[in-house]
Formats: sequence, structure tokens, C-alpha cells
Amino acid sequence: MADEEDDIILADLSDEELVEQMFDDLYDGLKEEIEESVNILLERGWQPYDILTKALVGGMTIVGNDFRDGILFVPEVLLAANAMKGGMFILKPLLISTGAPRVGKMVIGTVKGDIHDIGKNLVSMMMEGAGFEVVDLGINNAVDSYLDAIEAEQPDILGMSALLTTTMPYMKVVIDTMVEKGIRDDYIVLVGGAPLNEEFGKAIGADAYCRDAAVAVETAKTFVGRKHNQLAAG
Amino acid sequence: MTSLPDDTTLTDAGLAARGDGRVLVIACGALAREILALKDANGWTHLDLTCLPAILHNHPEKIVGAVRAAVERNRSDYDQVFIAYGDCGTGGLLEAACAEMGVEMIEGPHCYSFFEGNDAFAARDEITAFYLTDFLVRQFDAFVWKPLGLDRHPDLRDMYFGNYDRLVYQAQTDDPALTAMAQRCADRLGLAFERRFTGYGDLAQDLKGWATG
Repeated sequence: MADEEDDIILADLSDEELVEQMFDDLYDGLKEEIEESVNILLERGWQPYDILTKALVGGMTIVGNDFRDGILFVPEVLLAANAMKGGMFILKPLLISTGAPRVGKMVIGTVKGDIHDIGKNLVSMMMEGAGFEVVDLGINNAVDSYLDAIEAEQPDILGMSALLTTTMPYMKVVIDTMVEKGIRDDYIVLVGGAPLNEEFGKAIGADAYCRDAAVAVETAKTFVGRKHNQLAAG
Repeated sequence: MTSLPDDTTLTDAGLAARGDGRVLVIACGALAREILALKDANGWTHLDLTCLPAILHNHPEKIVGAVRAAVERNRSDYDQVFIAYGDCGTGGLLEAACAEMGVEMIEGPHCYSFFEGNDAFAARDEITAFYLTDFLVRQFDAFVWKPLGLDRHPDLRDMYFGNYDRLVYQAQTDDPALTAMAQRCADRLGLAFERRFTGYGDLAQDLKGWATG
């Protein structure tokens, strides 16, 4: 099997075969192959946005589904994400220059007291892949950090992440402060992280808990679509 | 001395109760050695111990169910049952389950906290430290290196540990060989190393209360 794969010359594959191969290469976390394939598709005249959505996001969705179903584990997802990052690095400047559609804007960060950012980084990358502009605040964010960012950036969505049961209650502190300031309903608040669940998301007043990066993208699209419809109707 | 299975057995299978005491402690396998040392040192012959697989540490969502099953399986054979777990990533669910079952557990978020003493640990407020105990140093590969896939993909190390700045070895015992092993763990993770002697911390107080209360 490995020998067969070694024999594959990416440039000889048809577009359809190459996208299929990119799905496999993402699944296997092969960064160099992904970078090569992205460049091949660009040379063939593909739009950067199409490469991103059809090949990279498509492939990562398969990875996300298999992670959800217990077929893949965190190390494999990280390798896949790393491979996607390689492709994104090539595409990102091209996406900006070609005026790819922007679905919405998100401010995202890991909460105060928590330095874990693997999940958050994955969500950021997938959101960018889905056409969102993402402002990533990094780790260990206090209330003011979130509030300053949403005031400055005016995003559609605020995303908060936590890996620890000791830090996840801080999400409620942020949401409660937004309520106090009368700005809670101006933003869609999405939360995620390994120890969270839907019940927790509801209890703290978030709009939704997102189980994984793929769910975060779908949830974000749904909520932003709804918000735009409400604005249009209003 | 109470006999103790090897660390791998404590990690994967835990420890069965002997069935010969009035008080049962249901503990994480990572605490077996420490609890039996305290039992032997204090002559608590009426205290029996059973341990759940220590690897549940990596799967906190399974802890509450496993503790519930152990309580139900054993409680009719003892006068009293105690739970030697902290919250351990259950997000308050273990505390709620213990309250519902009418059994006492250890106060504190996790063993790193109660080994150092909950107040002292909280006061440090150090978020960039990665902790290991005696048990976790000995079982570093089983709990850290392999589950994170670092045995197969060492290049992932900085994605996991890039935001940490040091490994704190909370030593329950004075063991130069274990300290050297902990230092090697820090080196492998690319972190600075600090050894902190904690002894048994709040665990000793809680066990004393349970054994003599």
C-alpha cells in the first residue's frame, strides 16, 4: 500500500482524482503533499476559494467526522490540521486578493486561566476555511480582553474555548458581563472545549455549544444566516 | 506491609478490595501506593482499599460511572465507604454523585491540588505548569507520551506543550531515581524542571479523618 502511494505522481492525476487524493493526504497528515496539490490546482486555474472549500475543508470534514465517531484520535487530527495549515498558508494571501466571499466575522479566544489552544486553533482554521474572518485572541483571556476585542472588531460571533473544568465557568463571567453592559444580544456566543456539553452551554447563556470544529462552522453559518435574515426582515 | 500490584496493573486494571476491613476507600489507582503507605504507617488495619484503573485520569467522562458502580458493588460489605478522588475533570458531577450516594470524597480539583494542599495550590495560581506526581512520573509513557501520540509523532510536542513553561514534579517521596526520571520527562517535553516535595498533603488529613472518624 505504502509503495503504491509512493508511486502516485500528483501532477498526473485528473482534478477529481487529485481532490480525492487530497482527502486521503489530509487524513494521513501529509503536509508536503497537500502543499504540492494546492499548487498544482492553482496552476490549473482553480480559484483559491474552490481549493479551500472543495479540497481542504472537504477533507477536514471527513477527518472531523471520524474524530467524532472515535475512528481518529487527537494526534491524527492534529497532523491533518497541520497539513491543512500548509495549504491555507499558500491560499490565504490569494483569498484576500481574489475577494473570496466573507460569511461573517468571529472573535475567538481561550478563557482566563487556561493555556490550551489546540481546539481553538482548529476552530479558527476551519472557520477561516469556511469564509469567516477570524480574530484570534490567543490564550488566557480575561473579560476585558473579550470586551475590548468585540468593541473594536464588531464581530458577528464571540467564541470561547476551555479545556479545564476549573476554567470553563469563566465563560459565564464573560457572558454575564455582556448582559450587564446590555450588549449580550448584539453577538452570537458560541462555546466549546472537551469538558463542556450542551447543558453547560445553555446554563451559562451561550447561544450554542459546539462539539467540534466542524460543528462550530455549521452552527456559526446557521446563526449568522439567521441574524442576517432578521436584519433583512427588520 | 500490604501488597501492591505493579504500576501498569494499577493503570489498566486497578486494585481489588481484600474484603477484610470495616472502612472501604475507593480510590484512583494513581493513589494506591500512597494510601497503602499511610495505612501501614498508621496501623489502620480496619481500612480496606480498592482502586479503579488510574488511566481513567485520561477519560474523566468515565469516572463518575465507574465510582458509582464500585460503590454499589461494595457498600453492603462495609460500615463506611469513602471516595479518594478529587473532582478530576468531572466538572462537579462526581461531587453530585457522591452527595446523592451519601459518600464523602476528597475536596479539591485534582490530586496535584490536594497533594500540595488545596489552599497552597490555589494561591500559586500557576497556569503554565505541567504537573507530575510520583505515580505519573513512573507511568509517564502510559499517561502522557503514548496517548498524545508523541511516540509516533514527536513533532506534535510543541502543539501540545508550547504554552507550558515548566514541568513541576510534585514528589510524594524522596527518591533520587524518581527525581532523575522526572527531570528526563521535562527534557522530553522541552520544559524547565522544578521539583516540589509535597508528601501526601491533604490526602493524609482526609484519610486520617476517614480512618479514625
